[in-house]
Amino acid sequence: MHEEKNEKTFLGFWIYLMTDLLMFAGLFAAFIVLRNNTFGGVGGSQIFNMPFVLVETLFLLTSSFTCGVALLLAHEKKLKGVIAMLCTTFLLGAGFLGMELYEFSHLFSEGHTYQKSAFLSSYFALVGTHGLHITAGLLWMLILIIFILKKGLTQGGIRKITLMSLFWHFLDIVWIFIFTIVYLMGVAL
Amino acid sequence: MKHKAKTVIFLIDALSIATLFVILARNGNLQLLNPQGYVAQGQSTLLVMALVLAFCIGIPLILFTLFIVFRYQEGNNQAYTPEWSAGKKLTTAWWSIPACIIFVWAIIGWQSAHAYDPYNPIIAQSKPIEIEVVALRWKWLFIYPQENIATVNYLEIPANTPIDFQLTADNAPMNSFWIPSLGGQIYAMTGMVTQIHLMANKPGDYPGGAAEMSGEGFSGMNFTVKATSNKEYSQWVQSINQSANMLDTNGYNKLVEPSTNNQGKEFSQPNKNLFNSIVAKYMSNGNTIYMSQM
Amino acid sequence: MWNLLFGKLTWNSLPHVWYTIGGTLTLMLMGAVAAAVLTYTKRWKWLWNEWLTSTDPKRIGIMYIIVALLMLFRGALDAIMIWMQQALSVGSSTGYLSADHFQQIFTAHGDIMVFFATMGLLVGLMNLVVPLQIGARDLAFPFLNTLGFWLYVAGAILINMFFVFGGDFAATGWLAQAPLSELQFSPGVGVDYWIWSLQVSGLGSLLAGLNFLVTILKMRAPGMTLMRMPLFVWTTLCSSILVVTVFPILAITIAMLTLDRYLGMHFFTTTNGGNPMMYINLIWMWGHPEVYILVLPSFGIFSEVVSTFSHKKLAGYTSQVLAAIFVTILSLMVWLHHFFTMGAGADVNAIFGISTMIIAIPTGVQIFNWLSTMYRGRIVLSSSLYWFLGFVATFTFGGIAGVLLASPTADYQLHNSLFLVAHFHTMIVGGALFGLFAGITYWFPKFMGFKLNEKLGKTAFWFWLTGFFLAFIPLYILGYMGATRRLDHYTNPAWQPLFIISVLGFMVILAGVTTQILQIIISIKNRKQNMDLSGDPWDARNLEWATSSPPPFYNYAVIPEVHGRDAFWEMKKEMKENPQPANVEYKDFELPKNTPFGIYLAGFALLFGFAMVWHMFLIAGIGFVGMMVCLIIRAFDEETEYILTAQEIAKLEQERKDHIYA
Repeated sequence: MHEEKNEKTFLGFWIYLMTDLLMFAGLFAAFIVLRNNTFGGVGGSQIFNMPFVLVETLFLLTSSFTCGVALLLAHEKKLKGVIAMLCTTFLLGAGFLGMELYEFSHLFSEGHTYQKSAFLSSYFALVGTHGLHITAGLLWMLILIIFILKKGLTQGGIRKITLMSLFWHFLDIVWIFIFTIVYLMGVAL
Repeated sequence: MKHKAKTVIFLIDALSIATLFVILARNGNLQLLNPQGYVAQGQSTLLVMALVLAFCIGIPLILFTLFIVFRYQEGNNQAYTPEWSAGKKLTTAWWSIPACIIFVWAIIGWQSAHAYDPYNPIIAQSKPIEIEVVALRWKWLFIYPQENIATVNYLEIPANTPIDFQLTADNAPMNSFWIPSLGGQIYAMTGMVTQIHLMANKPGDYPGGAAEMSGEGFSGMNFTVKATSNKEYSQWVQSINQSANMLDTNGYNKLVEPSTNNQGKEFSQPNKNLFNSIVAKYMSNGNTIYMSQM
Repeated sequence: MWNLLFGKLTWNSLPHVWYTIGGTLTLMLMGAVAAAVLTYTKRWKWLWNEWLTSTDPKRIGIMYIIVALLMLFRGALDAIMIWMQQALSVGSSTGYLSADHFQQIFTAHGDIMVFFATMGLLVGLMNLVVPLQIGARDLAFPFLNTLGFWLYVAGAILINMFFVFGGDFAATGWLAQAPLSELQFSPGVGVDYWIWSLQVSGLGSLLAGLNFLVTILKMRAPGMTLMRMPLFVWTTLCSSILVVTVFPILAITIAMLTLDRYLGMHFFTTTNGGNPMMYINLIWMWGHPEVYILVLPSFGIFSEVVSTFSHKKLAGYTSQVLAAIFVTILSLMVWLHHFFTMGAGADVNAIFGISTMIIAIPTGVQIFNWLSTMYRGRIVLSSSLYWFLGFVATFTFGGIAGVLLASPTADYQLHNSLFLVAHFHTMIVGGALFGLFAGITYWFPKFMGFKLNEKLGKTAFWFWLTGFFLAFIPLYILGYMGATRRLDHYTNPAWQPLFIISVLGFMVILAGVTTQILQIIISIKNRKQNMDLSGDPWDARNLEWATSSPPPFYNYAVIPEVHGRDAFWEMKKEMKENPQPANVEYKDFELPKNTPFGIYLAGFALLFGFAMVWHMFLIAGIGFVGMMVCLIIRAFDEETEYILTAQEIAKLEQERKDHIYA
C-alpha cells in the first residue's frame, strides 16, 4: 500500500516541479525579452558583483549536498545524523537568502529599484521568485525537523524528506540557470 | 416516416432562414465581399473561396451523417457488424482526405500571406503617399508629412495611389487600424512603428475604425476615408494648408488628453518630426523599434 | 489604521447602483432561504459531513456541476445584457448601458463562461466518470481534489464579490490584455478582482489537472493498458497534460501583471521599457491550449456516446487516440494566430497559420471515425446522440471558419470582427457545451439511478440548435459587413436587423434552457418510471456501467479485471456464455477520510484574494498565514485514510443487492 502511495506521490510531485519549472520559464522568457530595456538606467554589467554571487552560489550548492546526505541517512534510519544534516542545510540556505537580501537592499540603497526599468523589474521578479521558493523551502525544512523530532523516521517522514530534498535540488538547478543567464551572461553581454 | 417528416421540416426551416439572411445581407452592405481596394480584393478572394469550401464540404458531410444515422437505425434491418472497425485502407483515407484539403489551403495561405502582407509596398503607377497614424485616446491622428497637414478622425486620399501608413500610439493602449473596404488591419502600439499599405481602386467614402477594444471611447473611434481624384485631393490639401488651425506642441498636448466621439478636424503645419518624437519618447535611448525589423 | 484594515475600500465603494444593490439583495435573499431550509430540515450537519467536506469524487463532481450551472446562468444573464445593448444601440440611441458597464459585462461573460461554467462542468464530469471508467475507487490525491474544488468555488465567489462589496469588474476583455489592464488605463479595482479570481481558481484547475494525470497514469484497473482506455479517459489525459503545461504560464503571466499593478514594476507597461506584446504572447500561450482543454474531453464523450448508441465498437480506436495526441501537441504551437495583425511579418504569420490549419486534419479524422462507427450499427437515436448530430452540424461550419481564419490574409480582415466571435462561440458551444450536454444526459442515470426524460431532452435540443444558428449566423454575416466586436454603439443602421435576429436566436436558446430545467424537474418527479438500478440502462460498453447506479461510495467492492477494450461489453459477452458468477472474495481496502481543510484553505484564500483587491494588507496577511497554518496542520496528519474491512464490505454489498432487488 505504501509503495503504491509513494509512487503516486512522487509522480505527482515531479509533475508539480515541472509546473513550477514552467513558471520559472515564463520569468526567464520575460527577463530575456526585457534585459536590454533599461530605459537609460543601469544594465546588468554595472550592478552585478560576481565574487559575491559566486559565494552565494557556493552556499546553495553545498546546502544541496548536505540535503542529499540527510536523505541517505534517513534511509539508514540515523535520526541524529538526519537532524544535523537538515540543520546544516537550513543554515546554508538561510545564509544564501541573507546574502540575496543584502544584495537587494544594496541595489535599493543605490536607487536601482524595480520601478526604474523593465530590466530591473524582470531581474528582481526572477531572482526574487527564486528567493521566495528558498524561503518556502526553509520553512518546510523547519517544519520537517519538528515533524521528525516528534514522530521519528516513519514511512511518512522519509517520504516527506524525499519530497523536500527533491524540491531543494530543483531550486538548486533553477539557481544554476539564474547564475548563468542572469549573472554570467549579464556581465558578459 | 416520422423522422423523414422531421427532416423535411428541418430542411424547410433552414432554407427559409438562409433566404432571410440573403435578403438582409443584400440590403445591408457586405463590405468584405465588396472590396474597393487592392488589398481588400486579394483578401476577399480568400473569403469567397472559404464560403465555397464551407458549402462544398460542410453540407455534404452533414447530409452524409444524417443519411448514415437514419439508415442504420435500430429496426431498419440493415446490416449490423458490431465488431467491424475501420481497416487500414479506410484509416488512410480518413487521414488523407483532410490532409489533402489542408495541403492545398496551406499553399494558398502561404502565398497570399506573402502577397498581401501589410508591409509589402503596392506597385502602382503613381508615387505612394505617406501617412503617419497615431492612435490616441480615443481618436486617430493622421499626419501627412509630405503635404505638411494633419487630420483627426478623417482621411482623404487620392484613388489609385498607394498609401503607405506608418502607425504608432501615444498615451493609449493597443489599437487596431481597420478600413474594411480597403483592406485590414494592423495594430498601433506605443513605442512601436507598424506599417500597412493600402490603395483605393475608385473614389468613394469608406468607413474606417478601431478594431481592438481600447476602453471607454472605443466605439467612437470611427472615421471616414474619402478617396478622391488627384485633383480634388490637391485642392483639399491646399485649402487646409491655408487654414490658420495649426497643430503646435500645445495643440498636440491638448489632443492627447482622453476624449470620446471626436468629429473630423483638420490642421495645417504639424510639428516637423512629431511622429518620430512620439515614438521615441517611449524609448529612452531614442531607438525606434520597427515591428518589421524584429 | 483605516488604510491598514480597509485599504482602498471606503463607504463610497460599497454598492450604490441599481444592479449591484439588486445583485446584493438577491444573493442575500437566496442565502437566507437556503439557510432557513437547512435549519428547518436540520440538514446542516448532513451537508457538512456528507457533502462539503467529502473527498468522494462522485460527490465533488456533482458539486462542481451545480456550481458550474449557477455560473452558466450568471454568464447567460451577461450574454442577454450584451445582446440587448447591441440590438438597441444604433445611431442616435446609445442603448441602456454605459460604455464602461457594457465592457465590464462582456469581460465577465467571457471569464465566467470559460473559467467557471465550462471548466466547472468539465472537471465535474471528469470527477464523476474517470475513476469509474478506469476501475479505481478514488483519485490519486483526494485532498487536492477537494482543495481544487473549493479553490474553484473561491474564485467563483471572488468574481461575483463586487456585487456585494463594491468596486467594479475589469472592463478590459476576458484576457485583460495589457497595456489596457495596467494601472495607467484601468486604475480601478476591476482588474484586481479579475487577477485574484483567476489566480485562485487557476490554482484549483492546476491541482485538478495534476490529479487526473497521476490518477490515469497510476490507478488503472489491472489489465487496462493505455491502449485499452476508453476515449473519454484518453482525452481527459490529454486535457490534463495541457492543463499542467499551460496553467503555470497563466499563473506567472497574471503574477507579472500583479507586480506591475501592485509594486509599480514594468513588465507590460507602455513606459520604462515594458513590453505589452509579451503579455499578449504569454496569455495566448495559455489561451489557445485552453480551447483544447475544453474541447478535447467533449470529443471523448462523443466517442463514448456514438459507439454506445450504435452498439458497435469504436471504429479506428488507434487513429482516434493518435488524433487526440496530435491535437494536444499542435495546440501548443499555434498561439500566434491570435494576433497575426500585430504585424510579425509574412513568414512568421504563415508558419503559425499553417500549423493552425494542420489541426483540422486530426479533427476531421475524428469525425470520419465517428461516421465509420455508426456505419452498419444498430443506432438508437437517444437525446445524447442528438447532441452529437448538433455538434457535427455546428462544428463543421465553425471548423471551416477556423481554417479560414488560420490564413493570415483572411485574418487581417476578420480579426476582431464579429465573425471571429461567431467562430469561437461555434467551437465552444457546439464543440464543448454540446458534448457536455451529451455527457450529462448519458451519465445522469449512472449517478442518480434514473434516466432523464428523453422527450424533453430532444425538445431542448431542437430549441438549442435552431436558437444557436439563429443567434450566430447573423454574427458571421455582420463580420462580413465589417462589424467590429465589443462595440457598445455603432452607426451603421444596416447592422441592426441582424443584431435583432441574433437576440431572437438567444431567446430560442433560452427556451431550450427552460426546457432543460423542466426536464430535470419532471425527471425527478417521475423518477420511479425512469428508474434504473441495473447499472446499465443503455446497454453500454465501458467499466463505469459495471457497477450499480448510483455506485456505492467505494465504486467497486472488487476491482474488475480488464481483458480488452470496451471492458464491460466483453464482460457481458462472457456472462452470456458462462452465466455462473465466480465466487467473490472481498478484501480490506483503504479509503480517504473526509476533510474540512479544503474548505478552510479555500476560505482563507478567498479572504486573501479579497483583501488584496482592496489593498487591505493586514487582512491579506491573516489570510495568507491562515492558509499556511492549514497546510501545516494537514501535513502533520498522518491518518488521512481509514480501512474498510472485508466484513463491512460484504455487509454493504448485501444491503445494496437487497435494495436493488427489492
